[in-house]
Amino acid sequence: MADNMNDINENEVTPEEVSTEVKNVSGDTVNAAKVMKKKDIGEVTKRQTAMKVAVQVGLYIFLGIMAIIVLFPFYWMIISSLKTLDEYNASVPTLWPEEFRWANYSDAFAAGGLNLGRLFLNTCIVGIVSTILSLIITVLAAFAFARLEFKGKNALFAALLATMMIPGELFTITNYVTVSEFGWKNTYTVLIVPFLVSVFYIYLLRQNFLQIPNELYLAAKVDGTSDLKYLWKVMIPLAAPTLVSITILKMMGSWNSYIWPRLVARDTAHTLITVGLRQFDFSVPGRPDMINYPAQMAAVVLITIPLLIVFLCFRKYIMKGVSKSGIKG
Amino acid sequence: MDKKNNWKAWLYLLPAIVILLIFTVWPIINTVRISFLNDYGTLSSVGGKKFSFGIDNYKNVVEYSGFINCLSNTLLLCVLTVPISTMLALIIAVALNSIKFIRRTMQTIFFLPYVTNSIAIGMVFMAMFSMIGLKVDGEPMSIGIINSVIEAFGGTRINWVNAGSSKVANMTVLIIYIVWNALPFKILVLLGGLQSVNKQYYEAAKVDGTSRFRTFWRITVPMLSPMIAYVVITGFIGGFKEYSSIVGIFGENMGPVGDAGSLNTMVGFIYDNINTDRQGRASAAALILFLIIFAVTMVNMYVSKKKVHY
Repeated sequence: MADNMNDINENEVTPEEVSTEVKNVSGDTVNAAKVMKKKDIGEVTKRQTAMKVAVQVGLYIFLGIMAIIVLFPFYWMIISSLKTLDEYNASVPTLWPEEFRWANYSDAFAAGGLNLGRLFLNTCIVGIVSTILSLIITVLAAFAFARLEFKGKNALFAALLATMMIPGELFTITNYVTVSEFGWKNTYTVLIVPFLVSVFYIYLLRQNFLQIPNELYLAAKVDGTSDLKYLWKVMIPLAAPTLVSITILKMMGSWNSYIWPRLVARDTAHTLITVGLRQFDFSVPGRPDMINYPAQMAAVVLITIPLLIVFLCFRKYIMKGVSKSGIKG
Repeated sequence: MDKKNNWKAWLYLLPAIVILLIFTVWPIINTVRISFLNDYGTLSSVGGKKFSFGIDNYKNVVEYSGFINCLSNTLLLCVLTVPISTMLALIIAVALNSIKFIRRTMQTIFFLPYVTNSIAIGMVFMAMFSMIGLKVDGEPMSIGIINSVIEAFGGTRINWVNAGSSKVANMTVLIIYIVWNALPFKILVLLGGLQSVNKQYYEAAKVDGTSRFRTFWRITVPMLSPMIAYVVITGFIGGFKEYSSIVGIFGENMGPVGDAGSLNTMVGFIYDNINTDRQGRASAAALILFLIIFAVTMVNMYVSKKKVHY
């Protein structure tokens, strides 16, 4: 194999070198054969380069087509949200709005009697409060698992990890019963509390905390620093990237949650944005069988764009968190 | 360690433990319990009704006429979307790994479907596939963008999602949407795996003149096998819980207009039963679903243990 590699490296000899060698051959058959071989290899490399370029062009064409397929729904959503209803319903679909109708967005806010602004507010309240509380609980638990010693620590941690295998639907049924008994239905509490603890986030943060050298902790102990102060001053700053990942994933989760909120909070005062979107009546006035797609797409844009902006700003953290989780939202 | 630390640690864990006990541990026990209480329902339970112990809920689930439909829809979606999305993601990841120019931009584009709301984008897919003003006879006002593209390439239009559409057409749309949605995560994991493959294997293959196809099957796939196993296993788990993409496209009726429930899934079935105060039956269905997921995951792990390269 090593010999082969040398041969190929020799290809890089310039034509001049080859010709000087030809002059020096002087009947030596072995040398002549060597030169022949070099010329052949030169041909092969030329062919290889051509092949390489062709493969690269092919790759870009393939990726380009796939990228268009991936992006098309976003494109269609945005341009549709700006078309007039007549243009959208025209027999030949247009790829760019003939006339921009921004009023679709105000229509979206007014559609079907539900107040889109109120839904945004509800979602933001639930998202922010649950993210803050969740972060506090996760940090405390991860710290205990990473730094403190107590009886049954490993068994408890293993038991927590085991619960991650159980599908959420199994919890939902009893949780529905529980929150009904607590009288929590149609409150913010019901949207926030049941999902405050994520075993996955505790696991993620614990792994991160474990990477921080224990000597720092022991040194702090010697100095008489309290655990909480140490956590706040040393561990949290060092684990900041993981905390950012958790924050964004949790916010995205609130923004996209549908199943649980639909089950337990259906009054206007507590409806979340995704639930509301599906409940909106987007039909054309007087034509219940026809959907006002431009207005519907405007609402969809309003829900999708904030997520895309957050993603483009925090791309690194999101992708890092996601690649470890395997769970959407 | 000293005893002082012991209680302190539990104090740090207290909030997490309390919430987990109420909303995770108790539900596991209780769900098993009420699944064996015949015809259990919360409202009737609050009303003071007592329930006998038995397996009626399981019987009712299996014998319910719509159950087989829900189960087969779920299985079909799993079996079709997981291989398609895994293959496609693998090809895209390998392609992304072989380019340099605009690679990061491409990576970002392919990740975009992940950061979306599956209900909202489902509605966009509905808009793209649906015909507008469809009548029993005569021309619709608009055949929609997808059908327009199909006709532009010389094909015939299909009623994908509107009233009277066939189940094959509905399923095709769902599969396209689910694959579109599943690609980003799989590409991310596989690309991460590709970047950690030792470059020397490829150098060696190049020197030996191995064809690209052979290199792909003999080096890339075996080296990536742990990541492939991971995305297949998580893909199946996710596939068995398919629900919101169907709500996104077809709405809460879980089917095209006039054919409600035709596309319902296992999870949809569970929620229908919660909503109609049949928590016992919902629990039985959830436990059946859990057992199916568990069995499939075990099989997946067993196969991947045999096939995974290291």
